Amino acid sequence: MSERKPVLKTERLGITFGGLRAVYDFNIEIYEGELVGLIGPNGAGKTTVFNLLTGVYQPTEGEIYLDGEKMNGKKTHQFVAAGIARTFQNIRLFHQMSVIDNVKVAFGKDIKYRMGAAFFRTPSYWKTEKEITEKAMNLLSIFHLENKANYLASALPYGEQRKLEIARALATDMKVLLLDEPAAGMNPTETAELLECINIIRDRFGVAILLIEHDMSLVMNICERIQVISFGQTIARGLPEEIANNPEVIEAYLGK
Amino acid sequence: MSAFLTALFTGLRLGSIYALVALGYTMVYGIIKLINFAHGDFIMVGGYSLFFVVPIVQRMGMPGWLAVIVAVVICSVIGMATELIAYRPVRKKGTNMTALITAISVSLVLENLAQAIPAMGPNPRVVNSIFGNEGISIAGASLSYVTIITIVVSAVVMVLLFTFTQKSKTGRAMRAVSEDKQAATLMGINVNRTIITTFGIGAGLAGVAALMYLAQYPSVTNTMGSTLGLYAFIAAVLGGIGSLPGAMLGGFVIGIVYSFSSAYISSSLASAFVFLILIIVLLVKPTGILGKNVGEKV
Repeated sequence: MSERKPVLKTERLGITFGGLRAVYDFNIEIYEGELVGLIGPNGAGKTTVFNLLTGVYQPTEGEIYLDGEKMNGKKTHQFVAAGIARTFQNIRLFHQMSVIDNVKVAFGKDIKYRMGAAFFRTPSYWKTEKEITEKAMNLLSIFHLENKANYLASALPYGEQRKLEIARALATDMKVLLLDEPAAGMNPTETAELLECINIIRDRFGVAILLIEHDMSLVMNICERIQVISFGQTIARGLPEEIANNPEVIEAYLGK
Repeated sequence: MSAFLTALFTGLRLGSIYALVALGYTMVYGIIKLINFAHGDFIMVGGYSLFFVVPIVQRMGMPGWLAVIVAVVICSVIGMATELIAYRPVRKKGTNMTALITAISVSLVLENLAQAIPAMGPNPRVVNSIFGNEGISIAGASLSYVTIITIVVSAVVMVLLFTFTQKSKTGRAMRAVSEDKQAATLMGINVNRTIITTFGIGAGLAGVAALMYLAQYPSVTNTMGSTLGLYAFIAAVLGGIGSLPGAMLGGFVIGIVYSFSSAYISSSLASAFVFLILIIVLLVKPTGILGKNVGEKV
Protein backbone atom coordinates (compact mmCIF):
# COMPACT_ATOMS: atom_id res chain seq x y z
CA MET A 1 0.00 0.00 0.00
CA SER A 2 1.34 3.35 -0.95
CA GLU A 3 1.82 5.94 1.71
CA ARG A 4 -0.95 8.53 1.86
CA LYS A 5 0.18 12.03 1.23
CA PRO A 6 -1.58 14.98 2.85
CA VAL A 7 -3.39 17.29 0.40
CA LEU A 8 -2.80 20.18 2.72
CA LYS A 9 0.12 20.48 5.06
CA THR A 10 1.64 23.35 7.00
CA GLU A 11 4.91 23.48 8.83
CA ARG A 12 5.45 25.92 11.68
CA LEU A 13 3.16 28.39 9.93
CA GLY A 14 2.88 31.80 11.50
CA ILE A 15 2.15 35.46 10.92
CA THR A 16 3.01 38.57 12.86
CA PHE A 17 1.08 41.83 12.50
CA GLY A 18 3.32 44.58 13.82
CA GLY A 19 4.22 43.25 17.25
CA LEU A 20 1.31 40.83 17.48
CA ARG A 21 1.97 37.17 16.75
CA ALA A 22 -1.53 36.34 15.55
CA VAL A 23 -0.72 32.75 14.68
CA TYR A 24 2.46 30.80 15.30
CA ASP A 25 3.82 27.31 15.08
CA PHE A 26 0.68 26.11 13.30
CA ASN A 27 1.06 22.56 12.01
CA ILE A 28 -1.71 20.65 10.32
CA GLU A 29 -1.98 17.75 7.89
CA ILE A 30 -5.18 16.96 6.09
CA TYR A 31 -5.72 13.91 3.90
CA GLU A 32 -8.10 13.35 1.03
CA GLY A 33 -11.70 12.87 2.11
CA GLU A 34 -10.95 13.88 5.67
CA LEU A 35 -13.00 16.31 7.72
CA VAL A 36 -10.98 18.20 10.28
CA GLY A 37 -12.41 20.76 12.68
CA LEU A 38 -10.56 23.89 13.70
CA ILE A 39 -11.98 25.35 16.88
CA GLY A 40 -10.98 27.89 19.46
CA PRO A 41 -12.34 30.86 21.38
CA ASN A 42 -13.16 34.11 19.55
CA GLY A 43 -10.04 35.93 18.43
CA ALA A 44 -7.91 32.79 18.63
CA GLY A 45 -6.73 33.22 15.02
CA LYS A 46 -8.92 30.70 13.18
CA THR A 47 -9.90 33.00 10.35
CA THR A 48 -6.30 34.22 10.16
CA VAL A 49 -5.29 30.61 9.52
CA PHE A 50 -7.81 30.49 6.66
CA ASN A 51 -6.42 33.72 5.26
CA LEU A 52 -2.93 32.24 5.39
CA LEU A 53 -4.07 29.03 3.72
CA THR A 54 -5.60 30.97 0.82
CA GLY A 55 -2.78 33.45 0.26
CA VAL A 56 -4.81 36.43 1.46
CA TYR A 57 -2.08 36.97 4.05
CA GLN A 58 1.53 36.08 3.38
CA PRO A 59 2.99 34.07 6.25
CA THR A 60 5.92 35.63 8.09
CA GLU A 61 7.17 32.19 9.07
CA GLY A 62 6.67 28.56 8.11
CA GLU A 63 5.52 26.78 4.98
CA ILE A 64 2.29 25.79 3.27
CA TYR A 65 2.12 22.76 0.99
CA LEU A 66 -0.85 22.03 -1.23
CA ASP A 67 -0.70 18.58 -2.78
CA GLY A 68 3.03 18.57 -2.11
CA GLU A 69 3.61 21.91 -3.82
CA LYS A 70 5.00 24.75 -1.78
CA MET A 71 2.57 27.68 -1.89
CA ASN A 72 4.47 30.43 -0.05
CA GLY A 73 4.54 33.68 -2.00
CA LYS A 74 1.79 32.68 -4.43
CA LYS A 75 -1.20 34.90 -5.13
CA THR A 76 -4.67 33.99 -3.97
CA HIS A 77 -5.97 33.08 -7.41
CA GLN A 78 -3.00 30.73 -7.76
CA PHE A 79 -3.93 29.06 -4.46
CA VAL A 80 -7.40 28.56 -5.88
CA ALA A 81 -5.98 27.20 -9.14
CA ALA A 82 -3.86 24.78 -7.10
CA GLY A 83 -6.99 23.43 -5.46
CA ILE A 84 -8.07 25.29 -2.36
CA ALA A 85 -11.40 27.03 -1.91
CA ARG A 86 -13.25 28.64 0.94
CA THR A 87 -16.48 30.09 2.16
CA PHE A 88 -16.76 33.12 4.40
CA GLN A 89 -17.85 33.71 7.95
CA ASN A 90 -20.06 36.56 6.75
CA ILE A 91 -21.61 35.58 3.43
CA ARG A 92 -19.79 37.09 0.48
CA LEU A 93 -21.73 36.08 -2.55
CA PHE A 94 -21.87 38.26 -5.63
CA HIS A 95 -25.27 39.61 -4.66
CA GLN A 96 -26.00 41.47 -7.88
CA MET A 97 -25.39 38.37 -9.96
CA SER A 98 -27.78 35.50 -10.56
CA VAL A 99 -27.48 32.29 -8.57
CA ILE A 100 -26.15 30.37 -11.55
CA ASP A 101 -23.68 33.11 -12.51
CA ASN A 102 -22.25 32.95 -9.00
CA VAL A 103 -21.39 29.34 -9.69
CA LYS A 104 -20.26 29.92 -13.27
CA VAL A 105 -17.84 32.62 -12.24
CA ALA A 106 -15.95 30.05 -10.21
CA PHE A 107 -15.66 27.71 -13.20
CA GLY A 108 -13.11 30.10 -14.67
CA LYS A 109 -10.29 27.63 -15.09
CA ASP A 110 -12.54 25.22 -17.00
CA ILE A 111 -13.28 27.81 -19.66
CA LYS A 112 -10.72 27.76 -22.38
CA TYR A 113 -12.23 29.97 -25.09
CA ARG A 114 -10.60 33.31 -25.72
CA MET A 115 -12.10 36.73 -25.25
CA GLY A 116 -12.55 37.27 -28.99
CA ALA A 117 -14.56 34.06 -29.15
CA ALA A 118 -16.90 35.44 -26.51
CA PHE A 119 -17.34 38.75 -28.34
CA PHE A 120 -18.13 37.14 -31.66
CA ARG A 121 -19.82 34.07 -30.21
CA THR A 122 -17.93 31.38 -32.06
CA PRO A 123 -19.00 27.71 -31.89
CA SER A 124 -16.37 27.01 -29.22
CA TYR A 125 -17.96 29.74 -27.11
CA TRP A 126 -21.44 28.21 -27.38
CA LYS A 127 -20.15 24.72 -26.71
CA THR A 128 -18.20 25.72 -23.61
CA GLU A 129 -21.00 27.88 -22.23
CA LYS A 130 -23.46 25.02 -22.67
CA GLU A 131 -21.16 22.63 -20.79
CA ILE A 132 -20.60 25.16 -18.04
CA THR A 133 -24.33 25.77 -17.68
CA GLU A 134 -24.95 22.04 -17.35
CA LYS A 135 -22.19 21.64 -14.79
CA ALA A 136 -23.48 24.59 -12.83
CA MET A 137 -27.03 23.20 -12.83
CA ASN A 138 -25.78 19.82 -11.63
CA LEU A 139 -23.97 21.49 -8.79
CA LEU A 140 -27.01 23.60 -7.89
CA SER A 141 -29.24 20.54 -7.88
CA ILE A 142 -27.11 18.92 -5.17
CA PHE A 143 -28.11 21.83 -2.96
CA HIS A 144 -31.71 21.92 -4.27
CA LEU A 145 -31.15 25.33 -5.79
CA GLU A 146 -31.74 24.39 -9.43
CA ASN A 147 -35.19 26.00 -9.50
CA LYS A 148 -33.76 29.30 -8.32
CA ALA A 149 -30.87 29.44 -10.79
CA ASN A 150 -32.01 32.73 -12.28
CA TYR A 151 -32.81 34.51 -9.03
CA LEU A 152 -30.44 37.21 -7.88
CA ALA A 153 -28.20 35.77 -5.19
CA SER A 154 -29.41 38.45 -2.77
CA ALA A 155 -33.00 37.19 -3.17
CA LEU A 156 -32.21 33.82 -1.57
CA PRO A 157 -33.02 33.21 2.09
CA TYR A 158 -30.05 33.04 4.44
CA GLY A 159 -29.68 29.27 4.61
CA GLU A 160 -29.72 28.97 0.84
CA GLN A 161 -27.15 31.73 0.48
CA ARG A 162 -24.86 29.63 2.68
CA LYS A 163 -25.47 26.64 0.46
CA LEU A 164 -24.83 28.68 -2.67
CA GLU A 165 -21.54 29.81 -1.20
CA ILE A 166 -20.53 26.19 -0.75
CA ALA A 167 -21.70 25.35 -4.28
CA ARG A 168 -19.65 28.24 -5.63
CA ALA A 169 -16.57 27.07 -3.74
CA LEU A 170 -17.08 23.55 -5.12
CA ALA A 171 -17.17 24.92 -8.65
CA THR A 172 -13.52 25.91 -8.36
CA ASP A 173 -12.81 22.18 -8.52
CA MET A 174 -10.76 22.09 -5.36
CA LYS A 175 -9.09 19.40 -3.34
CA VAL A 176 -9.37 21.20 -0.02
CA LEU A 177 -12.44 23.10 1.09
CA LEU A 178 -12.23 25.57 3.94
CA LEU A 179 -15.57 26.28 5.59
CA ASP A 180 -15.59 29.31 7.86
CA GLU A 181 -18.45 28.99 10.33
CA PRO A 182 -20.95 27.64 7.84
CA ALA A 183 -23.62 27.18 10.50
CA ALA A 184 -23.35 30.70 11.90
CA GLY A 185 -26.76 32.27 12.21
CA MET A 186 -28.60 29.14 11.13
CA ASN A 187 -31.60 27.66 12.88
CA PRO A 188 -31.51 23.96 13.87
CA THR A 189 -33.33 22.84 10.69
CA GLU A 190 -30.91 24.73 8.49
CA THR A 191 -27.96 23.35 10.43
CA ALA A 192 -29.26 19.83 9.94
CA GLU A 193 -29.58 20.46 6.20
CA LEU A 194 -26.07 21.85 6.15
CA LEU A 195 -24.77 18.74 7.85
CA GLU A 196 -26.39 16.68 5.15
CA CYS A 197 -24.78 18.89 2.48
CA ILE A 198 -21.33 18.51 3.97
CA ASN A 199 -21.71 14.73 4.00
CA ILE A 200 -22.83 14.77 0.37
CA ILE A 201 -19.82 16.87 -0.59
CA ARG A 202 -17.45 14.46 1.08
CA ASP A 203 -19.03 11.39 -0.41
CA ARG A 204 -19.41 12.76 -3.91
CA PHE A 205 -16.35 14.87 -4.35
CA GLY A 206 -13.90 13.14 -2.03
CA VAL A 207 -12.49 16.48 -0.95
CA ALA A 208 -10.73 17.27 2.27
CA ILE A 209 -12.58 19.73 4.47
CA LEU A 210 -11.25 22.01 7.16
CA LEU A 211 -14.10 23.41 9.19
CA ILE A 212 -14.20 26.34 11.56
CA GLU A 213 -17.32 26.18 13.67
CA HIS A 214 -18.67 27.30 17.00
CA ASP A 215 -21.61 24.92 16.98
CA MET A 216 -20.00 22.20 19.11
CA SER A 217 -22.67 19.59 18.45
CA LEU A 218 -21.97 20.00 14.73
CA VAL A 219 -18.21 19.80 15.16
CA MET A 220 -18.31 16.80 17.48
CA ASN A 221 -20.78 15.12 15.19
CA ILE A 222 -18.99 15.24 11.87
CA CYS A 223 -15.29 15.94 12.39
CA GLU A 224 -12.90 13.04 12.39
CA ARG A 225 -10.16 15.04 14.03
CA ILE A 226 -10.15 18.36 15.79
CA GLN A 227 -7.44 20.91 16.32
CA VAL A 228 -7.90 23.60 18.95
CA ILE A 229 -6.12 26.93 18.91
CA SER A 230 -6.06 29.67 21.49
CA PHE A 231 -4.18 32.96 21.25
CA GLY A 232 -2.66 31.82 17.95
CA GLN A 233 -1.23 28.62 19.35
CA THR A 234 -2.34 25.02 18.98
CA ILE A 235 -3.31 23.77 22.43
CA ALA A 236 -4.77 20.41 21.52
CA ARG A 237 -5.38 18.06 18.66
CA GLY A 238 -7.08 14.72 18.50
CA LEU A 239 -10.33 12.79 18.22
CA PRO A 240 -13.56 14.59 19.15
CA GLU A 241 -14.01 12.72 22.43
CA GLU A 242 -10.41 13.45 23.48
CA ILE A 243 -10.92 17.13 22.76
CA ALA A 244 -14.23 17.27 24.64
CA ASN A 245 -12.50 16.03 27.79
CA ASN A 246 -9.23 17.93 27.42
CA PRO A 247 -8.79 20.19 30.48
CA GLU A 248 -6.74 22.76 28.55
CA VAL A 249 -9.50 23.13 25.96
CA ILE A 250 -12.15 23.50 28.61
CA GLU A 251 -10.01 26.11 30.31
CA ALA A 252 -9.50 28.06 27.08
CA TYR A 253 -13.23 28.19 26.47
CA LEU A 254 -14.50 28.69 29.99
CA GLY A 255 -11.54 30.15 31.90
CA LYS A 256 -10.04 28.74 35.07
CA MET B 1 -41.02 68.36 -39.62
CA SER B 2 -37.76 68.31 -41.52
CA ALA B 3 -36.08 70.45 -38.87
CA PHE B 4 -37.34 68.07 -36.22
CA LEU B 5 -36.05 65.03 -38.06
CA THR B 6 -32.69 66.66 -38.72
CA ALA B 7 -32.34 67.44 -35.03
CA LEU B 8 -33.38 63.92 -34.14
CA PHE B 9 -30.84 62.35 -36.50
CA THR B 10 -28.07 64.61 -35.24
CA GLY B 11 -29.06 63.84 -31.65
CA LEU B 12 -28.96 60.11 -32.26
CA ARG B 13 -25.60 60.37 -33.99
CA LEU B 14 -24.07 62.46 -31.22
CA GLY B 15 -25.77 60.28 -28.66
CA SER B 16 -24.25 57.08 -30.01
CA ILE B 17 -20.78 58.63 -29.87
CA TYR B 18 -21.31 59.84 -26.31
CA ALA B 19 -22.70 56.45 -25.38
CA LEU B 20 -19.63 54.61 -26.69
CA VAL B 21 -17.34 56.87 -24.69
CA ALA B 22 -19.60 56.80 -21.63
CA LEU B 23 -19.37 53.00 -21.62
CA GLY B 24 -15.63 53.31 -21.07
CA TYR B 25 -16.12 55.63 -18.10
CA THR B 26 -18.77 53.46 -16.58
CA MET B 27 -16.92 50.16 -17.03
CA VAL B 28 -13.79 51.43 -15.35
CA TYR B 29 -15.80 53.08 -12.60
CA GLY B 30 -17.81 49.91 -12.10
CA ILE B 31 -14.74 47.79 -11.58
CA ILE B 32 -12.36 49.99 -9.58
CA LYS B 33 -14.50 52.98 -8.55
CA LEU B 34 -12.20 55.33 -10.41
CA ILE B 35 -13.38 58.15 -12.63
CA ASN B 36 -10.81 57.82 -15.34
CA PHE B 37 -10.41 61.43 -16.44
CA ALA B 38 -7.92 60.31 -19.06
CA HIS B 39 -10.62 58.34 -20.82
CA GLY B 40 -11.61 61.28 -23.04
CA ASP B 41 -8.04 61.52 -24.20
CA PHE B 42 -8.18 57.99 -25.50
CA ILE B 43 -10.48 59.43 -28.18
CA MET B 44 -7.68 61.83 -29.08
CA VAL B 45 -5.27 58.87 -29.26
CA GLY B 46 -7.75 57.16 -31.57
CA GLY B 47 -8.10 60.37 -33.57
CA TYR B 48 -4.39 60.71 -34.25
CA SER B 49 -4.14 57.00 -35.03
CA LEU B 50 -6.80 57.48 -37.68
CA PHE B 51 -5.12 60.64 -38.96
CA PHE B 52 -1.97 58.63 -39.66
CA VAL B 53 -3.45 55.30 -40.68
CA VAL B 54 -6.45 56.29 -42.84
CA PRO B 55 -4.26 57.68 -45.68
CA ILE B 56 -2.08 54.56 -45.60
CA VAL B 57 -5.07 52.25 -45.77
CA GLN B 58 -6.64 54.30 -48.57
CA ARG B 59 -3.38 54.31 -50.53
CA MET B 60 -3.43 50.53 -50.31
CA GLY B 61 -6.78 50.67 -52.06
CA MET B 62 -8.85 49.63 -49.07
CA PRO B 63 -11.73 51.57 -47.50
CA GLY B 64 -10.49 54.15 -44.96
CA TRP B 65 -12.68 52.93 -42.12
CA LEU B 66 -10.57 49.76 -41.87
CA ALA B 67 -8.07 51.99 -40.07
CA VAL B 68 -10.37 51.75 -37.07
CA ILE B 69 -8.91 48.32 -36.33
CA VAL B 70 -5.49 49.90 -35.84
CA ALA B 71 -7.02 52.75 -33.85
CA VAL B 72 -8.85 50.35 -31.52
CA VAL B 73 -5.67 48.34 -30.95
CA ILE B 74 -3.60 51.46 -30.21
CA CYS B 75 -6.26 52.85 -27.88
CA SER B 76 -6.49 49.53 -26.04
CA VAL B 77 -2.74 49.34 -25.62
CA ILE B 78 -2.57 52.91 -24.33
CA GLY B 79 -5.51 52.24 -22.02
CA MET B 80 -3.89 49.11 -20.60
CA ALA B 81 -0.53 50.84 -20.30
CA THR B 82 -2.18 53.64 -18.33
CA GLU B 83 -3.63 51.15 -15.89
CA LEU B 84 -0.34 49.29 -15.59
CA ILE B 85 1.97 52.27 -15.24
CA ALA B 86 -0.17 54.91 -13.55
CA TYR B 87 -3.19 53.46 -11.78
CA ARG B 88 -2.11 50.07 -10.49
CA PRO B 89 0.81 51.29 -8.38
CA VAL B 90 -1.32 54.11 -6.99
CA ARG B 91 -4.21 51.78 -6.21
CA LYS B 92 -1.93 49.61 -4.13
CA LYS B 93 -0.53 52.43 -2.06
CA GLY B 94 -3.01 55.29 -2.12
CA THR B 95 -6.67 56.11 -1.73
CA ASN B 96 -9.43 56.80 -4.25
CA MET B 97 -8.48 60.45 -4.16
CA THR B 98 -4.87 59.70 -5.12
CA ALA B 99 -6.13 57.65 -8.04
CA LEU B 100 -8.43 60.47 -9.14
CA ILE B 101 -5.60 62.98 -9.15
CA THR B 102 -3.45 60.48 -11.04
CA ALA B 103 -6.21 60.24 -13.64
CA ILE B 104 -6.18 64.01 -14.11
CA SER B 105 -2.40 63.98 -14.50
CA VAL B 106 -2.55 61.15 -17.03
CA SER B 107 -5.01 63.24 -19.01
CA LEU B 108 -2.66 66.24 -18.94
CA VAL B 109 0.33 64.10 -19.88
CA LEU B 110 -1.46 62.62 -22.88
CA GLU B 111 -2.70 65.99 -24.13
CA ASN B 112 0.65 67.71 -23.74
CA LEU B 113 2.55 64.79 -25.16
CA ALA B 114 0.44 65.04 -28.31
CA GLN B 115 1.15 68.76 -28.44
CA ALA B 116 4.89 68.21 -28.05
CA ILE B 117 5.23 65.57 -30.75
CA PRO B 118 5.86 67.51 -34.00
CA ALA B 119 3.84 65.14 -36.19
CA MET B 120 0.76 65.96 -34.10
CA GLY B 121 1.33 69.37 -32.58
CA PRO B 122 -1.08 72.00 -31.32
CA ASN B 123 -2.76 72.77 -34.66
CA PRO B 124 -5.80 70.84 -35.89
CA ARG B 125 -4.97 68.02 -38.28
CA VAL B 126 -7.49 67.20 -40.97
CA VAL B 127 -8.31 63.55 -41.47
CA ASN B 128 -9.10 62.23 -44.96
CA SER B 129 -12.79 61.78 -45.63
CA ILE B 130 -13.80 58.35 -44.37
CA PHE B 131 -17.34 57.66 -45.52
CA GLY B 132 -18.05 60.51 -47.97
CA ASN B 133 -20.97 62.90 -47.69
CA GLU B 134 -23.74 61.01 -49.44
CA GLY B 135 -26.97 60.21 -47.78
CA ILE B 136 -30.68 59.74 -48.23
CA SER B 137 -33.54 62.11 -47.70
CA ILE B 138 -36.47 61.38 -45.39
CA ALA B 139 -39.44 63.79 -45.39
CA GLY B 140 -37.20 66.64 -46.45
CA ALA B 141 -34.56 65.96 -43.85
CA SER B 142 -31.25 64.62 -45.07
CA LEU B 143 -29.90 61.56 -43.37
CA SER B 144 -26.27 60.97 -44.19
CA TYR B 145 -24.74 57.52 -44.41
CA VAL B 146 -22.30 58.63 -41.74
CA THR B 147 -25.20 59.09 -39.35
CA ILE B 148 -26.74 55.74 -40.22
CA ILE B 149 -23.42 53.94 -39.89
CA THR B 150 -22.65 55.67 -36.59
CA ILE B 151 -25.96 54.70 -35.06
CA VAL B 152 -25.91 51.13 -36.35
CA VAL B 153 -22.29 50.48 -35.39
CA SER B 154 -22.79 51.88 -31.89
CA ALA B 155 -25.92 49.84 -31.40
CA VAL B 156 -24.14 46.66 -32.51
CA VAL B 157 -21.12 47.37 -30.31
CA MET B 158 -23.35 48.03 -27.32
CA VAL B 159 -25.31 44.82 -27.78
CA LEU B 160 -22.08 42.83 -28.18
CA LEU B 161 -20.59 44.45 -25.10
CA PHE B 162 -23.68 43.92 -22.99
CA THR B 163 -23.99 40.24 -23.85
CA PHE B 164 -20.26 39.92 -23.34
CA THR B 165 -20.48 41.19 -19.77
CA GLN B 166 -23.54 39.08 -19.04
CA LYS B 167 -22.64 35.80 -20.68
CA SER B 168 -18.93 35.22 -20.91
CA LYS B 169 -16.11 34.17 -18.66
CA THR B 170 -14.41 37.57 -18.66
CA GLY B 171 -17.74 39.36 -18.35
CA ARG B 172 -18.73 37.37 -15.29
CA ALA B 173 -15.28 37.93 -13.82
CA MET B 174 -15.67 41.66 -14.41
CA ARG B 175 -18.99 41.75 -12.60
CA ALA B 176 -17.61 39.65 -9.75
CA VAL B 177 -14.55 41.87 -9.35
CA SER B 178 -16.71 44.98 -9.35
CA GLU B 179 -18.74 43.59 -6.46
CA ASP B 180 -16.09 42.08 -4.23
CA LYS B 181 -12.45 41.88 -5.27
CA GLN B 182 -11.34 39.62 -2.46
CA ALA B 183 -14.16 37.14 -2.89
CA ALA B 184 -13.45 37.21 -6.63
CA THR B 185 -9.80 36.34 -6.20
CA LEU B 186 -10.84 33.51 -3.88
CA MET B 187 -12.93 32.12 -6.73
CA GLY B 188 -9.78 31.86 -8.81
CA ILE B 189 -10.24 35.11 -10.72
CA ASN B 190 -7.10 37.01 -11.61
CA VAL B 191 -8.28 40.42 -10.47
CA ASN B 192 -5.47 42.46 -11.99
CA ARG B 193 -5.90 40.82 -15.35
CA THR B 194 -9.64 41.45 -15.23
CA ILE B 195 -9.08 45.12 -14.44
CA ILE B 196 -6.56 45.61 -17.23
CA THR B 197 -8.91 43.87 -19.67
CA THR B 198 -11.63 46.31 -18.68
CA PHE B 199 -9.30 49.20 -19.45
CA GLY B 200 -8.44 47.63 -22.79
CA ILE B 201 -12.09 47.21 -23.80
CA GLY B 202 -13.11 50.67 -22.57
CA ALA B 203 -10.26 52.39 -24.41
CA GLY B 204 -10.97 50.32 -27.52
CA LEU B 205 -14.52 51.68 -27.52
CA ALA B 206 -13.04 55.18 -27.46
CA GLY B 207 -11.17 54.21 -30.64
CA VAL B 208 -14.47 53.31 -32.31
CA ALA B 209 -15.96 56.57 -31.05
CA ALA B 210 -13.03 58.45 -32.59
CA LEU B 211 -13.86 57.00 -36.00
CA MET B 212 -17.53 57.98 -35.66
CA TYR B 213 -16.66 61.47 -34.54
CA LEU B 214 -14.06 62.10 -37.25
CA ALA B 215 -16.37 60.75 -39.95
CA GLN B 216 -18.52 63.82 -39.23
CA TYR B 217 -15.98 66.39 -37.99
CA PRO B 218 -12.69 65.42 -39.65
CA SER B 219 -10.36 67.47 -37.51
CA VAL B 220 -8.06 66.14 -34.77
CA THR B 221 -6.65 68.30 -32.00
CA ASN B 222 -4.77 67.35 -28.87
CA THR B 223 -7.66 68.60 -26.70
CA MET B 224 -10.52 67.06 -28.67
CA GLY B 225 -10.95 64.46 -25.96
CA SER B 226 -11.56 66.83 -23.11
CA THR B 227 -14.88 68.29 -24.34
CA LEU B 228 -16.12 65.06 -25.82
CA GLY B 229 -14.97 63.23 -22.70
CA LEU B 230 -16.80 65.69 -20.47
CA TYR B 231 -20.12 65.16 -22.26
CA ALA B 232 -19.63 61.42 -22.16
CA PHE B 233 -18.81 61.58 -18.46
CA ILE B 234 -22.03 63.53 -17.87
CA ALA B 235 -23.84 60.88 -19.89
CA ALA B 236 -22.40 58.16 -17.66
CA VAL B 237 -23.39 60.01 -14.47
CA LEU B 238 -26.81 60.83 -15.87
CA GLY B 239 -27.53 57.20 -16.72
CA GLY B 240 -26.11 55.99 -13.41
CA ILE B 241 -22.37 55.49 -13.36
CA GLY B 242 -21.38 51.85 -13.16
CA SER B 243 -24.40 50.72 -15.20
CA LEU B 244 -23.86 49.78 -18.85
CA PRO B 245 -27.46 50.33 -20.00
CA GLY B 246 -27.32 53.58 -18.02
CA ALA B 247 -24.31 54.80 -20.01
CA MET B 248 -26.07 53.99 -23.27
CA LEU B 249 -29.28 55.72 -22.20
CA GLY B 250 -27.36 58.69 -20.79
CA GLY B 251 -25.42 59.05 -24.03
CA PHE B 252 -28.57 59.23 -26.13
CA VAL B 253 -30.30 61.61 -23.72
CA ILE B 254 -27.33 64.00 -23.80
CA GLY B 255 -27.04 63.76 -27.60
CA ILE B 256 -30.73 64.49 -28.13
CA VAL B 257 -30.91 67.29 -25.55
CA TYR B 258 -27.85 68.87 -27.11
CA SER B 259 -29.12 68.67 -30.66
CA PHE B 260 -32.68 69.79 -29.92
CA SER B 261 -31.65 72.70 -27.77
CA SER B 262 -29.23 73.91 -30.42
CA ALA B 263 -31.86 73.48 -33.15
CA TYR B 264 -34.82 75.04 -31.34
CA ILE B 265 -33.40 77.31 -28.67
CA SER B 266 -29.88 78.48 -29.19
CA SER B 267 -26.79 76.66 -30.33
CA SER B 268 -24.63 78.64 -27.93
CA LEU B 269 -26.83 77.58 -25.01
CA ALA B 270 -26.89 73.89 -25.94
CA SER B 271 -24.15 72.96 -23.46
CA ALA B 272 -25.97 74.86 -20.74
CA PHE B 273 -29.03 72.69 -21.30
CA VAL B 274 -26.96 69.55 -21.06
CA PHE B 275 -25.65 70.64 -17.68
CA LEU B 276 -29.13 71.74 -16.60
CA ILE B 277 -30.45 68.25 -17.31
CA LEU B 278 -27.59 66.81 -15.30
CA ILE B 279 -28.34 69.07 -12.33
CA ILE B 280 -32.05 68.23 -12.41
CA VAL B 281 -31.44 64.49 -12.58
CA LEU B 282 -28.89 64.61 -9.78
CA LEU B 283 -31.29 66.58 -7.60
CA VAL B 284 -34.15 64.17 -8.19
CA LYS B 285 -32.18 60.92 -8.36
CA PRO B 286 -28.54 61.30 -7.31
CA THR B 287 -27.62 57.79 -8.42
CA GLY B 288 -28.60 58.56 -12.03
CA ILE B 289 -31.52 57.29 -14.09
CA LEU B 290 -30.64 53.59 -13.95
CA GLY B 291 -28.20 53.76 -11.06
CA LYS B 292 -28.73 51.43 -8.18
CA ASN B 293 -29.49 52.96 -4.86
CA VAL B 294 -27.03 51.23 -2.63
CA GLY B 295 -28.26 51.87 0.86
CA GLU B 296 -26.06 50.87 3.75
CA LYS B 297 -27.68 48.04 5.66
CA VAL B 298 -28.02 48.78 9.32
